[in-house]
Amino acid sequence: MLPPSFGKGMTRSTNSILAVPFAMVLAMFFVLPLLLVVVVSFWDYTEYSLIPDLILMNYAELFYGCFEWDQGLCTTFATYLSTFKYVFLTWCFTLAIGFGVALYLVFCVRSLKMQIVLFLVCTIPFWTSNVIRMISWIPLLGRNGIVNTALISIGIIDQPIEWLLYSGFSVTLGFVHLYTLFMVVPIFNSMAKIDRSLIEAAKDAGASAWQIIANIIIPLSRSGIMIGSIFVITIVVGDFITIGVLGGQQIASVGKIIYVEMSYLQFPAAAANAVVLVSITLLMVAAMMRIVNVRKEL
Amino acid sequence: MSEKTQEKMSGLSRRSFMKGAGTLAAASMFGGVAPYVMSSEKKVLRYLGTAVNQDTTIGEKAKEDLGITIEYIPVTTDEVTKRILTQPNSFDLVDTEYFSLKKLVPSGNLIGMNANRIKEFDNIVTAFTKGEVAGKKIGDQGTAPKKVFYLEGEKSKKFASSPTEWVTLVPTVYNADTLGIRPDLIGRPINTWAELLNPEFKGKASILNIPSIGIMDAAMVVEAMGEYKYPDKGNMTKKEIDLTMKVMTEAKKAGQFRAFWSDFNESVNLMASGEVVIQSMWSPAITAVRTKGIPCVYQPLKEGYRAWAAGFALPSTIKGQKADLAYEFINWFLSGWAGAYLNRQGYYSAVLPTAKANMEAYEWDYWMLGKPAAKDIMSPNGQKLASAGEIRDGGSYEDRMGGVACWNAVMDENRYMVRKWNEFIAS
Repeated sequence: MLPPSFGKGMTRSTNSILAVPFAMVLAMFFVLPLLLVVVVSFWDYTEYSLIPDLILMNYAELFYGCFEWDQGLCTTFATYLSTFKYVFLTWCFTLAIGFGVALYLVFCVRSLKMQIVLFLVCTIPFWTSNVIRMISWIPLLGRNGIVNTALISIGIIDQPIEWLLYSGFSVTLGFVHLYTLFMVVPIFNSMAKIDRSLIEAAKDAGASAWQIIANIIIPLSRSGIMIGSIFVITIVVGDFITIGVLGGQQIASVGKIIYVEMSYLQFPAAAANAVVLVSITLLMVAAMMRIVNVRKEL
Repeated sequence: MSEKTQEKMSGLSRRSFMKGAGTLAAASMFGGVAPYVMSSEKKVLRYLGTAVNQDTTIGEKAKEDLGITIEYIPVTTDEVTKRILTQPNSFDLVDTEYFSLKKLVPSGNLIGMNANRIKEFDNIVTAFTKGEVAGKKIGDQGTAPKKVFYLEGEKSKKFASSPTEWVTLVPTVYNADTLGIRPDLIGRPINTWAELLNPEFKGKASILNIPSIGIMDAAMVVEAMGEYKYPDKGNMTKKEIDLTMKVMTEAKKAGQFRAFWSDFNESVNLMASGEVVIQSMWSPAITAVRTKGIPCVYQPLKEGYRAWAAGFALPSTIKGQKADLAYEFINWFLSGWAGAYLNRQGYYSAVLPTAKANMEAYEWDYWMLGKPAAKDIMSPNGQKLASAGEIRDGGSYEDRMGGVACWNAVMDENRYMVRKWNEFIAS
């Protein structure tokens, strides 16, 4: 055990010394590789070699045709637009469902034991690989899948519904299924910290359930909402496996473009794409941090 | 052994295990500069290749016949190329495709194979050496093996235009690819590549999402539709790439494709589940669908086949004893047992006489001569592939390989092509 005096009289400099090991880990495994990616994005390449250089060609090719507005959207913009569409849809659904589940767990389940049990039930799907969870939708949603067969046999439709699988619908469904828990956990966490007497007081003052949610619960759980949103948004922006598996590889994603370029040894082009993706993600996170100061509210 | 020594032993082995793990970690960090950990006594070959070609049974048989342990390193086609270029020390033997050679040979990471050390070299089929089948020229658009077969010298980075004793790859296996169809769901004869974009199959077609191969299939379709005749489908100009992708993009926007696939198993699932009734496919994928009891045909088409071929090469860093082992294994591979095994999977082996000697007469008649099966045809793993009386899709070796129109290729405009392909996916 540490002596009770530990931590007292620590100066700023001892604090920084304590931070050194972690800072070094971050520098080695995060900052350095990221810098390398930035450097490589300015290199030239052939089919079989990388040529150290300082050229803008990779970026020029990345944004080729993007500023000739009459030509329609360029590949990069179209890809980002489609990615953002899924980010937005997934965010809306995971937030609505995640908020609802957390609200139920915290305020409607009375016993702590039951809360913990139900919370664990939410995590059960995470005991299998997320690729398996994705793939298991295919036999369900396919042309001759369970949903279509069932609907036909009870006579609701005569032709199988085609848009159930390999479509925007299945991609969104997959994302929501995979990532709702990332919303539930932080929101649950911040809701659990809300002082119950506030809610009692609001009730006594005659507030309706909706007023309590809108004026007390949402403002007090916004740090959880924000953390959950950051998780979901950053994961979906970079995802290409879910889009590939459930979108039948017909829907573009930035991750897939980077993957294709890597497999053709076009590392500099892939690096340029990665730099743009990382910058956009960082900008989004920075903007969200401005709305809610997560560090202060934790 | 006393308890105490046992304890000591286990402690030691754990420590040496940790040491080994440390070396592994170091090796992965520094990309193969780690010292050789293997003892020189054990005969081991690290065999880099695609999973489709790395058959456990072949590895076991090699161990039995030669005492060589084959350690498979299974990766995807593109990953093989990447490994050769970025980690040439991580394997002793590589099985790669001819079309990759245009990228591999200039790097100097592979060494020329000495034809004099290959026993069956003179028996290698003429499809490789001369681009002929049964004395007739076959299609040579794309990276036909004969164009990249020889090197100017052992360590040369240039292809030789006339035969030398140094070959780029010792050929192992090859095939002629075409479209796979579900005859039960289509219910009428299919005989042209143009059917892939026939609106009749709207939402029920698929093409593979590996740009360099996908664009070749697309080109076969464009040509079959009469839109354009390519001087060389395997080496398009920017304009030709634009045209090809335009046709495909229009079809995609009209909802022609159900999905794209990039992995062998995905193509099997698309076909077996009935999501797709016509698509680009590889021969073992057809076999896999059929062994589920679902009818599937590797449909011969009048415009011909898109062929591919693979072979063995050695990394330029290989040392004397390892090289001897590798040549021993390659010679064994061409000596018949493995060839017969490949032929029974629907591929073709590079040396036919030795394979024939290892096959039953009725098997040879079915697989190579296109005759009706005298008995049920079994896969090497004992699953039934065809009943007595059936004929192989596409018929005999001469009909199939003789009908080759083009070969898998790497284009000069590869960089542009990959960009256009990404655009097509995003459209």
